[in-house]
Amino acid sequence: MSSEHIDEVSGISTTGHEWDGIRELNNPLPRWWVTTFYITIVWAIGYTIAYPAWPMLTSATRGVLGYSSRNHVKNELAAAEAAKAKYVAAVESKTVSEIAADDALREFAVAAGGAAFRVNCVQCHGSGAQGSKGFPNLNDDDWLWGGKAEQIQQTITHGIRFASDPDTRVSEMPAFGDIITADQIAQVSTYVASLSGLVRDARLIEPGANVFAENCAACHGENAKGNKELGAPDLTDAIWLYGPGETAIAAQVRAPKHGVMPAWIGRLGETKVKELAVYIHSLGGGE
Amino acid sequence: MGLMDKHAIIEKNATLLLVGSLLVVTVGGIVEIAPLFYLDNTIEKVEGMRPYSPLELAGRNIYVREGCYLCHSQMIRPFRDEVERYGHYSLAAESMYDHPFQWGSKRTGPDLARVGDRYSNGWHVQHLAEPRSVVPESIMPSYAFLKDTPIEVKDFSTHLVANGRVGVPYTDDMIANANADLMIQADPNADTSGLEGRYPRAKVGDFDGNPQQVTEMDALVAYLQMLGTLVDFKTYDEAAGYR
Amino acid sequence: MKIGIEIVALGLFAFMALVAAGFGVDEPFRQHMWVLFFVLLGFIAILLRNTSFAPAAPVDPSAYMDGPIRYGAIATMFWGVVGMLVGVVIALQLANPDLNVEPWFNFGRLRPLHTSGVVFAFGGNALLCTSLYVVQRTCRARLFGGDLAWFVFWGYQLFIVMAATGYLLGITESREYAEPEWYVDLWLTIVWVAYLLLFLGTILKRKEPHIYVANWFYLSFIVTIAMLHVINNLSMPASFLGSKSYSAFSGVQDALTQWWYGHNAVGFFLTAGFLGMMYYFVPKQANRPVYSYRLSIIHFWALIFLYIWAGPHHLHYTALPDWAQTLGMAFSIMLWMPSWGGMINGLMTLSGAWDKLRTDPIIRMMVMAVAFYGMSTFEGPMMSIKTINSLSHYTDWTIGHVHSGALGWVGMISFGAIYYMVPKLWNRERLYSLRLVTWHFWLATLGIVVYAAVMWVSGIMQGLMWREYDEQGFLVYSFAETVAAMHPYYIMRAIGGAMYLSGALIMAWNIAMTILGHQREEEPMPGSIPALRPARSGAR
Repeated sequence: MSSEHIDEVSGISTTGHEWDGIRELNNPLPRWWVTTFYITIVWAIGYTIAYPAWPMLTSATRGVLGYSSRNHVKNELAAAEAAKAKYVAAVESKTVSEIAADDALREFAVAAGGAAFRVNCVQCHGSGAQGSKGFPNLNDDDWLWGGKAEQIQQTITHGIRFASDPDTRVSEMPAFGDIITADQIAQVSTYVASLSGLVRDARLIEPGANVFAENCAACHGENAKGNKELGAPDLTDAIWLYGPGETAIAAQVRAPKHGVMPAWIGRLGETKVKELAVYIHSLGGGE
Repeated sequence: MGLMDKHAIIEKNATLLLVGSLLVVTVGGIVEIAPLFYLDNTIEKVEGMRPYSPLELAGRNIYVREGCYLCHSQMIRPFRDEVERYGHYSLAAESMYDHPFQWGSKRTGPDLARVGDRYSNGWHVQHLAEPRSVVPESIMPSYAFLKDTPIEVKDFSTHLVANGRVGVPYTDDMIANANADLMIQADPNADTSGLEGRYPRAKVGDFDGNPQQVTEMDALVAYLQMLGTLVDFKTYDEAAGYR
Repeated sequence: MKIGIEIVALGLFAFMALVAAGFGVDEPFRQHMWVLFFVLLGFIAILLRNTSFAPAAPVDPSAYMDGPIRYGAIATMFWGVVGMLVGVVIALQLANPDLNVEPWFNFGRLRPLHTSGVVFAFGGNALLCTSLYVVQRTCRARLFGGDLAWFVFWGYQLFIVMAATGYLLGITESREYAEPEWYVDLWLTIVWVAYLLLFLGTILKRKEPHIYVANWFYLSFIVTIAMLHVINNLSMPASFLGSKSYSAFSGVQDALTQWWYGHNAVGFFLTAGFLGMMYYFVPKQANRPVYSYRLSIIHFWALIFLYIWAGPHHLHYTALPDWAQTLGMAFSIMLWMPSWGGMINGLMTLSGAWDKLRTDPIIRMMVMAVAFYGMSTFEGPMMSIKTINSLSHYTDWTIGHVHSGALGWVGMISFGAIYYMVPKLWNRERLYSLRLVTWHFWLATLGIVVYAAVMWVSGIMQGLMWREYDEQGFLVYSFAETVAAMHPYYIMRAIGGAMYLSGALIMAWNIAMTILGHQREEEPMPGSIPALRPARSGAR
């Protein structure tokens, strides 16, 4: 059993046991190892005294530094806000047009609005505000609900067809598949396509114009230039939310998609919305 | 040599070694986890939290099933950048009915704790079916099959009962109406007043753009659209939540 | 009749699976039960072929029982290759999302397959077979319980197959590294208790007065995993004929329970268990005594006591109360030296045999494993520091950290152990080829280095981009832009992973040829011949 045994290579004694030929040397604990271990223990005790740590019966120890991660972020946010306070106060007190007219304030609002855009808006409108199918491009000068800074502000604030906001922008193009015949849909689609120069079958244009006058002009206008009060798009400008061509137009006539944009006032607050409006207005298409 | 002699006792007795190591490894868990069940301030006092509606719960089960939590967190940390990017930092109270929790551990995609009401239903459907058609940079897989998969209900009330057994306050009324509520919430023509009474602030309507049937897409979007929308932060006492 | 009862029992279970497949309340459950049914039929077929009506030959009670260990070594290789292959696939999916095939092969379903595949299937089988190998030899006792070892082996494989197919079908509890649903968890509990009995029973009938240190680690790993598994998986099924269950705890309590489990799956499965492996195979391969017995004692008890506390560092800055986060960080820092105790004992065991590093690629592999162990057990406590964690959490840095531990430590030490065991288990004079071991070593090492370095860069970049402010105090990047910036790194990490996988494939070939009894004729390893050797003459 346990008998004195010296390892020949190192000259150090072993514990005397052997398992399947494995022995264990009697080396002491490395001093640096023990020291470092003690240091970490002492540090840990200090750290748990300084910060909230030990659970007791009704609450945990608060720590002598009185730290709270939530309090910390509150202060951090307050400091960030204070740094911008001058500008923010100005943004709060002025209308978006006034902000856009003031060079320094506009610069600030565009930076702030750009950041808010990157965080909140790019998922639908794209990283470059270029939009995608069903989500409008914000760089061009085609505006469904108006491209004036105040109109943009209104859209962001209350959204579009956003059910839980009573002031949201609403309009609903009927599904003409239930109202007019399939032939008429083909005719009117061709006519609408022809307005921006896309035509395949010219014979359909004239009857299509009649269908348009009877069914569509009320909202889209006699000249099909649209109506921003109703969010009715301009049909003459070759900018298509749901794709170009007779097929896409016919699909939209038959059973229109009604795009929805959430109201942002609750999440972002009025200042951020104003900044966003100024930013989007500045993108190049603002009226 | 004292240490080694004493240790020899344990070393020669497997049972002692087993029991000893088991005792040693239980301490940490007891000190850290048990207090979370009895310390009053663990769950903040908030207004607005309610159990998930059947459709939301079904959507949550799909979220779990597809492993969404592997790329999306639902936990906004108390940092300036996260609060500015995602909204108010997450409270423990907001996941008090989450069996299991979905805080996640990785953000290959963005945090979803407050994704509710951020985008339209149409965006969610399009993004889930064809992510790169709306977000060109996205590396998310496509979940188009959800649109074609009708929600499978044998008896959804059993799911509410199981949640009730582990502490979610589902009432008898909720359980009795579970199967009907599941279908009604995604039906634009149904009378949803009962549902909205049972589950305040529930989003109703046709989520997936296909009023013909209730699909898994309806359920998942219904769940996403309510995430982070329940707690009323106007009535929340911030300082009481420091712990 | 031999194994008659087993066949009847399996037949009964197969019938129950068939019934469940017919009456299950949800589609994934029904599909899963069909899988179970066919797997059990396969088991029955295997058993029927092995049935014999001759009286069983008497077992030599003094001989070691190595059958399950041989199977375990093969299973380790098989699942290792599968798990790593899935890892490369999902890495490529991140680089090119069109590689997702909905619904079964989407990232979200494959990722648990990868993690469970490498941790539980590869790592678990490695632990299972080495622990049974080590415990017999260091106790000089045959495995306890007759065929119990076979039950544990096959039961564990059944668990793996059910877990893996479940993930693809969408059956998951969403608890990371504990995803299988309630019925698979129950099965694992049975298997695990049998494993504990098997291991403890063998120790109890040992002929050595003292229990060897490797067995302390193996035993604490087995018993702690049992505790963690049972508590973390407490849940309430919606139906006993359905796959869905709801966790017993919710929200913050559930989160800490899960990460108490998750962290200690790392601590006990991937650390304590593999330290047990190290404590046997490194001294054996080096043919040197363990460096310090005293260090073994201190670091063993300190490690198992402190590790359990470190779970909350996975939840820094979450809705977990600050006090629990503080404890998690403080104990993680204290854990540093106890973890390094294992590294010191592993590395210093080579003192007096350092020259073997030049001549023996298996020792080189083991040393590299211990070096990566030291690296990741330093990185871990560092990442638990809240300030650092605020940057690293949610990013690829964490994934990189896990992989330097998993590929570097767990993978390399397992490879070393398998290379050591296989010739002995099959009575081969030597491995098929030592040169292939060298190839494996370099491919694996370079693969890890590429992987870890890329993940550091990408993780830190990601974390910094999320919190980048311009001089006016506004966020600079949208989330989508940070995703786009990750693209090159996703490609490079897939390359690193593929290198590691190719090393494992070489190993699988080498092991297969060794088992088949081949020996490759090759030049001896450089340096394995004494420096002053006589010039070789052309003529014989």
